[in-house]
Amino acid sequence: MFDSKIRAGKLEEKWVDYKGHCKLVNPANKRKLEIIIVGTGLAGASAAAALAEQGYKVKAFCFQDSPRRAHSIAAQGGINAAKNYQNDGDSVFRLFYDTIKGGDYRAREANVHRLAEVSANIIDQCVAQGVPFAREYGGLLNNRSFGGTQVKRTFYAAGQTGQQLLIGAYQAMERQVALGNVTMYNRHEMLEVVLIDGKARGIIARDLVSGKLERHFGHAVLLCTGGYGNVFYLSTNAMGSNVTAAWKAHRKGALFANPCFTQIHPTCIPVTGDHQSKLTLMSESLRNDGRIWVPKKQNDTRKANDIPEEERDYFLERRYPAFGNLVPRDVASRAAKERCDAGYGVGTTKQAVYLDFRYNLINKYGRAEASKKGIHNPDEATLVAFGKEVVKEEYGNLFDMYEKITGENPYEVPMRIYPAVHYTMGGLWVDYELMTNVPGLYSLGEANFSDHGANRLGASALMQGLADGYFVIPYTIGNYLADEIATKPIPTSHEAFEAAERNVSDRISTLMNIRGKQTVESFHKRLGKIMWEKCGMARNAQGLQEAVKEIQALKKEFWNDVRIPGDINEMNPELDKAGRVADFIELGELMCIDAMERNESCGGHFREEYQTPDGEALRQDDQYMYVAAWEMKGEHQWQLHKEELKYEVIKPTQRNYK
Amino acid sequence: MEHYTMNLTLKVWKQKNANTAGSFETYQVKDISSEMSFLEMFDVLNEQLIREGKEPIAFDHDCREGICGMCSMYINGRPHGPWHGTTTCQLHMRAFKDGDTIVVEPWRANAFPVVKDLVVDRTSFDRIIQAGGYISANTGSAVDGNAIPIDKNKADKAFAAAACIGCGACVAACKNSSAMLFVSAKVSHLALLPQGEVERKSRVLNMVSQMDKEGFGSCTFTQACEAVCPKEISVSNISRLNGEYIIAGLTSENS
Ligand SMILES: Cc1cc2nc3c(=O)[nH]c(=O)nc-3n(C[C@H](O)[C@H](O)[C@H](O)COP(=O)(O)OP(=O)(O)OC[C@H]3O[C@@H](n4cnc5c(N)ncnc54)[C@H](O)[C@@H]3O)c2cc1C
Ligand code: SF4
Ligand code: FES
Repeated sequence: MFDSKIRAGKLEEKWVDYKGHCKLVNPANKRKLEIIIVGTGLAGASAAAALAEQGYKVKAFCFQDSPRRAHSIAAQGGINAAKNYQNDGDSVFRLFYDTIKGGDYRAREANVHRLAEVSANIIDQCVAQGVPFAREYGGLLNNRSFGGTQVKRTFYAAGQTGQQLLIGAYQAMERQVALGNVTMYNRHEMLEVVLIDGKARGIIARDLVSGKLERHFGHAVLLCTGGYGNVFYLSTNAMGSNVTAAWKAHRKGALFANPCFTQIHPTCIPVTGDHQSKLTLMSESLRNDGRIWVPKKQNDTRKANDIPEEERDYFLERRYPAFGNLVPRDVASRAAKERCDAGYGVGTTKQAVYLDFRYNLINKYGRAEASKKGIHNPDEATLVAFGKEVVKEEYGNLFDMYEKITGENPYEVPMRIYPAVHYTMGGLWVDYELMTNVPGLYSLGEANFSDHGANRLGASALMQGLADGYFVIPYTIGNYLADEIATKPIPTSHEAFEAAERNVSDRISTLMNIRGKQTVESFHKRLGKIMWEKCGMARNAQGLQEAVKEIQALKKEFWNDVRIPGDINEMNPELDKAGRVADFIELGELMCIDAMERNESCGGHFREEYQTPDGEALRQDDQYMYVAAWEMKGEHQWQLHKEELKYEVIKPTQRNYK
Repeated sequence: MEHYTMNLTLKVWKQKNANTAGSFETYQVKDISSEMSFLEMFDVLNEQLIREGKEPIAFDHDCREGICGMCSMYINGRPHGPWHGTTTCQLHMRAFKDGDTIVVEPWRANAFPVVKDLVVDRTSFDRIIQAGGYISANTGSAVDGNAIPIDKNKADKAFAAAACIGCGACVAACKNSSAMLFVSAKVSHLALLPQGEVERKSRVLNMVSQMDKEGFGSCTFTQACEAVCPKEISVSNISRLNGEYIIAGLTSENS
């Protein structure tokens, strides 16, 4: 197996020890080294800023019209950090422990501990950049709770935390653009990695305005290209989120780890019809104050507000009294699905449960405000009015979003929600230094597999993206580049660049020349349907076998019958999408193979054959305590490499949130 | 909510690229559900066009939940369409009725040249940020996050200004194509925070100067920008920018 490069020694000393011993590059040499960063989300923008500040020459790429629009902008609820500002018992160890447990014991201890260690620095850095986090009246930072924890460690900016963090990183990066240390290429899509003597030395990118292919050299290449949730077609990801960059790397030899570990988020606005192009998340932070319920009676058609209290089943509070509405996402999603499958769902499609704020609006916020104002016997209307004000401040944008989409006012009636695809824990395999098995090729943020095991806890993706970019890669990349200071920039006339470009242009021509009958979108929808039904919230061996066959057939059909309008040398969004869907189809197959191979349930991977009598995920630690890292061997062929997971500090047990 | 379907006539701006002239094309779409978003209606139209062997319409979009700032359609004479405080992607078809004709154009401003159809180039906004829309705080040099308490009221105001999504609707709505609301939102966000204090003066001078260089018009305070801003950024930020600008101009050592 490939070396994860985790140092020996005590867990809490590994990172300090690494930093004390890794190789350094002196400032004069940094200026001679060029780094390509694909992606400008939290991971990419923070890496670009941090590396450019150190003096490296950075080239950054994104497919949107501005780096500020990367999908991280949409993150809502918050970012975790072990600051213990609330004095409620938080610590680096507890954040580490919660993350490992939340991930159902399928993440590396050393990586997760490092993440918890640097989490506090992230908050400091963001505050210094002017990120306007929520504050208390005394002027200090405020926190909220997220799922899978019993402390309040989540920092936030209303329901727009990702936006504020990304703008902070974007501005730091733009400052470096102005200083000439970063060159930004927006509306560019990376379509190939260039390898020379086994090392990553550059990329081929397509200018999405002119359609021209470009060659770019770098001493190292960082892929910070986000998650692949859109393989399911419908997800909470942005429309453009895709796997293409990671997949090109995979085709060039980079291992793809745990592809089947996908996160289904419990609280999203339900699907309304076939026209649906994406799903909208209602942040997990809402579970701080919203209670989830269904009617106790099957097929109850009464309006939510007409169902009396004693006829409501608060099923999370009933099943998991210790964590209640704040159980981890995988647990909450399955519980909602179970209720709907059993006939207790609500709304026209019956594929929804209620998320109800009335109780806390009145009892928590309404009463607190009333007593602040010295009103002793407030009537319900007064409490509701006070409560609404606070809820508006905490979650206003989310409530507005809900109303715009559904036409219903969530201050008056409970939200209807249902689980939807949200995040991908799997991704490119990286070692402790965030390097893939291809030397010089790194992966940061959601694009890598590293820190979340089989299930990510809420508010931990933003933490990981910024940890990778601001505080990990600036150290680890030096350890590699220190040996590259004598490497002169390789001219892009080199045959490897030539061959890579030819590869890309041949594929584009092939796609354009199919001139079939079916649209790209229709193929994407069909792929999504297969994935959701057979590799979604619940999976079984038979379904997965069928899915592999169906995807292989879909691939054939795609390459024979897809219709792409327009030309190559112009802006052509359908062509961009076609390339991405073609890669999603291949990834889908690997996800099903991975899910089939893992004969256990863990975190977001729920195999129906492996569950406890009360329907919880049943791990098989004796057989599956490993990272499944897949190597591509050819069309429809992969080889599995196993990285054994060793738990030296935490003893894996069945997760218990009861 | 009652759902219904509708048939619509669309008049959409088509323009091959920056160097060719554009014109309106008329399209018909049928059985559009009132539950669809405006962009989903465009998806239906584009699928129809591709099936008919015609060119689909290029438009910018990504998050489709009102936060990335990428979508940008000028709908029936109003940036982002008829709903208040709403981006194009959040506009839903229940805003329209059967038989309506909808006119859709790109943002129009010298500093936002058309790239294709409804897609424009807004990189001028990035360059304005490069001119000073940041706090210089190198990674790793920060003090503890709670070292400097910030008055909640001010922090809330900074947040309200920082909520700008950089969509450019304010420019598209302005008869002078001024970018004042966008620039003032950034200046206010950073000027309201103690961390932004050090660069406060140079920031406002440099950002305003870059705005002028990019070819945005001057602000005559008609407030059309605030009326269409999907994030309801307040024109009080423009007043704050003006104040900052005057003080910076008077006291700057470079002036
Ligand atoms: C709706 C929503 C809400 C969320 N809320 C939270 C939250 O509250 N807390 C939390 O911790 N996490 C949250 N998450 C998860 C979190 O937002 C993401 O995991 C994280 O932001 C990913 O960041 P990233 O930098 O890895 O990738 P992204 O932000 O997705 O950035 C990817 C970048 O790569 C570029 N790119 C991709 N492919 C290519 C290519 N081929 N060529 C060139 N460029 C390319 C894109 O242009 C973009 O710049 C949320 C996710 C969603 C969907
Ligand atoms: S101020 Fe408003 S309209 Fe202008 S760019 Fe920002 S969000 Fe868009
Ligand atoms: S598509 Fe992101 S704001 Fe409209």
